[in-house]
Amino acid sequence: MLSPQTEEPILTEEIIEEELEPTDLEEAVDNVERAVPAIEFRDVYLAFDDKIILDGVSFTVRRGETKVILGRSGGGKSTTIRLILGLLKPDAGQILIDGEDITDYSEVEMMEVRKKIGMVFQEGALFDSLSVYDNVAYRLHEQRVDEEEVEKEVRRMLKFVDLEDAIDKMPAELSGGMRRRVGIARALVGDPQIVMFDEPTAGLDPPTARTICELAIKLRDLEDVSSIFVTHEMKNVEYLSSEHATVNEEGEVVFEMEGEELCLINTEIIMLREGKIIFSGKDEELLASKNPYIQKFMRGK
Amino acid sequence: MNPLKKFLFELQEITTLIVHAFIGLFKKPYYLVDLVKQMDIIGVGSLPIVLLTGFFTGGVLILQTFPTLAYYGIQNEAGRSVSTSLIRELGPVLSALMVSGRIGSAISAELGSMVVSQQIDAMRALGTDPNRKLVAPRILALVLMLPFLTVAADIFGIIGGGIVASGLFNQSFDTFLTSVRNGITIEDIIGGLIKPLFFGLIIGSISCHKGLSTTGGTVGVGRSTTSAVVLSSIVVIIFDFFLSKAIQTILDVKPI
Repeated sequence: MLSPQTEEPILTEEIIEEELEPTDLEEAVDNVERAVPAIEFRDVYLAFDDKIILDGVSFTVRRGETKVILGRSGGGKSTTIRLILGLLKPDAGQILIDGEDITDYSEVEMMEVRKKIGMVFQEGALFDSLSVYDNVAYRLHEQRVDEEEVEKEVRRMLKFVDLEDAIDKMPAELSGGMRRRVGIARALVGDPQIVMFDEPTAGLDPPTARTICELAIKLRDLEDVSSIFVTHEMKNVEYLSSEHATVNEEGEVVFEMEGEELCLINTEIIMLREGKIIFSGKDEELLASKNPYIQKFMRGK
Repeated sequence: MNPLKKFLFELQEITTLIVHAFIGLFKKPYYLVDLVKQMDIIGVGSLPIVLLTGFFTGGVLILQTFPTLAYYGIQNEAGRSVSTSLIRELGPVLSALMVSGRIGSAISAELGSMVVSQQIDAMRALGTDPNRKLVAPRILALVLMLPFLTVAADIFGIIGGGIVASGLFNQSFDTFLTSVRNGITIEDIIGGLIKPLFFGLIIGSISCHKGLSTTGGTVGVGRSTTSAVVLSSIVVIIFDFFLSKAIQTILDVKPI
């Protein structure tokens, strides 16, 4: 069928159904959904009394993308995450999750939005009175899920973070790195499509910090999770923006370095300074930046 | 913020907390297990200190008043004096103060620690309303258990008074108990049971509010714990006066 004005073919619903296979249709719908950013900040302002925390911050996190938020302490990094979770409300601007404007959502409405978001807190924020099992199972217990299913899911998540042996331990018996990993397992229950990491490697030794980054890379590359990774450590930026997780022929997860054959496009960096975004782009652009503040930050000064 | 503004702000926060917790009680999921656990901690856990307080208060009341009553020749009314004082006033207030010290501090410290270690944020992030999961069971458990604790304190106070009267002043236990029975009215008992309901609400809401509004790390936890105990104790004592007057008026309580 041709349009009289444009003589371009117009696809009616009947033609779509006739000409396209069901799998093509599913892909088309999926692609439309993928075009909607997982997280979007539109000109967000927030101040506590006279102190400006976020000053007109705008950015998007695409599906399957990891956005690394860099900056010094007090720069508004963690506040950004708290705004996404609705733990704080912005003074102005809009916040969208999956294209849904959550800015003015009530606490009850936010409860539904939070179901699709996993959050990894700085120190793990595990419930002290609950065992590792009960911590990871928390969300499922709240939803009154059958105990058999809960146990299956908890074991699956603890296997993902390689902590199956700690299932019966109490949080007080765990090391800092183990607490973070349990925190990650807890955040991943229910397979959220958005995961946020709030300085998950702060205070950890380099090998444990690397393990946490590997988990974030696995989520990004193997589970297609959109994430925000708040950090002030350049080593984390290096791992996240230069390595890619894949499954080899033996079924093991391996990490490949970005190079001539592989160019990562699913990780971007933004840098906050006193509530403003002073950089947004790829790691190569960050490294090549002439901004004296960024250069000083990268040198650890 | 000036003191009046601060007071009104805190009052608003506490009222909002109570309203949210109350509404939350009727919404699914119900936190019955948490409620029973809190009732055990608050009720069973506080029983020994409340019983001891009641017993020795009853004892000391007789110790101090018996010689005066004997001077006027009305020592046979000793039971009436101790039971009226305990049931109307000392039982509810002393039980509330003991529970405020033991439970108010524990609630505030626990919730405060959860705030500073981001556990409250984690709970909200995992889709749970802390008002329903943490605040409502604690306030309700206090409201439900404090009347029982008060009754236990009253009974042990009367027993303590009777033991002192018979042991130190050679008054027969029967005489003491007859005087107690003659002294207690149904209005006293109703009034003595209404007070702890309000005191439970006061202790629970102030302690939960102080705990949840903790700022400033571990130092802040100590600060909120202290202010929770001090504030709830003072409010209990102030509120007791107005509640007593209201009960006297509504129930038409006659003087001894």
